[in-house]
Amino acid sequence: MGIPNPSVNSPVQLKTPKTSEKDLKIESKASVIWRRYKKNKLAVIGLLVFSTMCFLAIFAPLLTPYKPDVYDILDQFLPPGNDPFSGKFHLMGTDAMGGDVWTRIVFGARISLSVALLACICTVSVGIIYGAVSGYFGGWIDNIMMRIVDAIQSIPTFFLLLIVAAIITPSLWSTVLVLSVFGWTGMARIVRGEILSLKKRDYVEAARATGEKKASTIFYHVLPNAIAPITVIATLDIAANILAEASLSFLGLGIQPPTPSWGNMLTSAQELTTVMDYVWVIIFPGSFIILTVLAVNFIGDGLRDALDPRMKE
Amino acid sequence: MTKYIIRRVLQAIPLLFIISIISFLLMSLAPGDPTAMYENPEAGNEQDLSAIREQLGVDDPIYVQYYKWLKLLVLEGNMGYSFQDGQPVLEKILQRVPATLLLMATAIVISIIIAIPIGVFSAVKKYSIFDYFFTFTSFLGIAVPSFFIALIAILVFSLKLSWFPVSGLRENYDAFDLWDRIHHLALPSLTLAFGLIASKSRYMRSSMLEVIKQDYVRTARAKGLSEGKVIFKHALRNALIPIITILALQLPALFGGSLFIEQLFAWPGMGRLTVNAIFIRDYQVIMGTTMIAGVMVVFSNLIADICYAIVDPRIQVGKN
Repeated sequence: MGIPNPSVNSPVQLKTPKTSEKDLKIESKASVIWRRYKKNKLAVIGLLVFSTMCFLAIFAPLLTPYKPDVYDILDQFLPPGNDPFSGKFHLMGTDAMGGDVWTRIVFGARISLSVALLACICTVSVGIIYGAVSGYFGGWIDNIMMRIVDAIQSIPTFFLLLIVAAIITPSLWSTVLVLSVFGWTGMARIVRGEILSLKKRDYVEAARATGEKKASTIFYHVLPNAIAPITVIATLDIAANILAEASLSFLGLGIQPPTPSWGNMLTSAQELTTVMDYVWVIIFPGSFIILTVLAVNFIGDGLRDALDPRMKE
Repeated sequence: MTKYIIRRVLQAIPLLFIISIISFLLMSLAPGDPTAMYENPEAGNEQDLSAIREQLGVDDPIYVQYYKWLKLLVLEGNMGYSFQDGQPVLEKILQRVPATLLLMATAIVISIIIAIPIGVFSAVKKYSIFDYFFTFTSFLGIAVPSFFIALIAILVFSLKLSWFPVSGLRENYDAFDLWDRIHHLALPSLTLAFGLIASKSRYMRSSMLEVIKQDYVRTARAKGLSEGKVIFKHALRNALIPIITILALQLPALFGGSLFIEQLFAWPGMGRLTVNAIFIRDYQVIMGTTMIAGVMVVFSNLIADICYAIVDPRIQVGKN
């Protein structure tokens, strides 16, 4: 194994001056991870694609001459390319309302990506705390907490999502809430499993023996060693969130027009006979969803190999 | 064995109990007064409403309400009445269950038929061009939203090519027409199977890789058996066992997918009922379908565990 046990080595490495590190040719942890990550070509491509999507989202107003919420109904369903009548150029055509599809995609990237990331932050925090508490205390607390997770996971996720979406008025924050409310169970399960296996280790015993409190033992000694699976699951959660947001918005229960999101751009596709002749209206937003989810999943896969070689297959 | 089954059944009971609590809590979060559905704007008056409120126990503390609701549910199978047409919710759902089960069972069978050969082939030819191809395809299968694949399938195969009908369960309502049924079932079940194939073939691949490493496979090879016999007679049978668990684990995702597939193909099942209930905020029906879906998942997990224990007796020993 190229990587030493981080719990033992990281404090030592931190104190070591950088120059001597170079002299001894000890690689930093980050460069070891990056070296392993680079080996996975799909993961590198995934990272490139995802960075591009973030770039599009951040610089959206600079990338298009149109505004996302200003339409001209006379321009509806223009095919991609130059419009011979008005002379306007629409890279990906226009939609049923006359909105420019490319403009709505780049502005939609802002919404879709930030919803996915925000929801991921929520599920990761709740999942870590829930899993850590359950795993560390064990016994009947663990038993009850895990039965609740079992029950939530037994109910098909989308039923739960749709119910919550139906109860609260749809908006950006409500969409984040909907994705977060039941999205943390996978993370909780993983963290609990890690804690259960880590808490028997000697260094945790040692921390306990020095009289450290239970809570600080979890946060300073146990959790940092579970960082690899947490990162991987968090990445996969982002992909799942992008898909869930798209599905919710597609049904009209997520992001509400005129605010563009990749999901609600597909809502018009429910009238299939109209869309048949204007396929660019759904093909482009759909492709962006698929590309991004694919990219994030590749990143997750690459991280799994890079952070913890034991997790592979 | 009996002991193991009894223990698993006993473990399922608290699960069902928690599912009922979650459903009830969500329902109580829904806006509006449950008496609203009994309100008649023309004839209703305050006195009638307060009588109904009393009967429903709206003013009771929440745990009393839950107790009353659970008692009705368990003793009478009463899940309330639909806001839309006043029909009992349970009856309404049970009418839709067969169509959903037909769709899901077909999708499961299709996904098994396609995914298992892919998984076996990818494992046997590990790191070959086929393996990479299927790995990439399965990533794609997971990344495509189920509603999008359904949209594309309808656009291409129903509208452009007119190979399949756009929607519905059947056209011939006078008699049972098998071909008509299959014709309508094909496209929705294939699109529903699409997402399942991706993950199932991955599981099959890793399960097969695990088995190929085992001693008994090496022994079979050492005996001089042909590679085909080793793979199909010795390895495949054992590699198939974990797939039982995967079938049950995929069920929640399958229900989720069926929501969209049924909605887009106008398939008269539970999924379409749920989505329509959400659009008109018919909370009783939403709770009902959610609970039924949850209960079905719990029972299939139970059945899967028992099947697994029958096929692989090590499980019972291991858990004792």
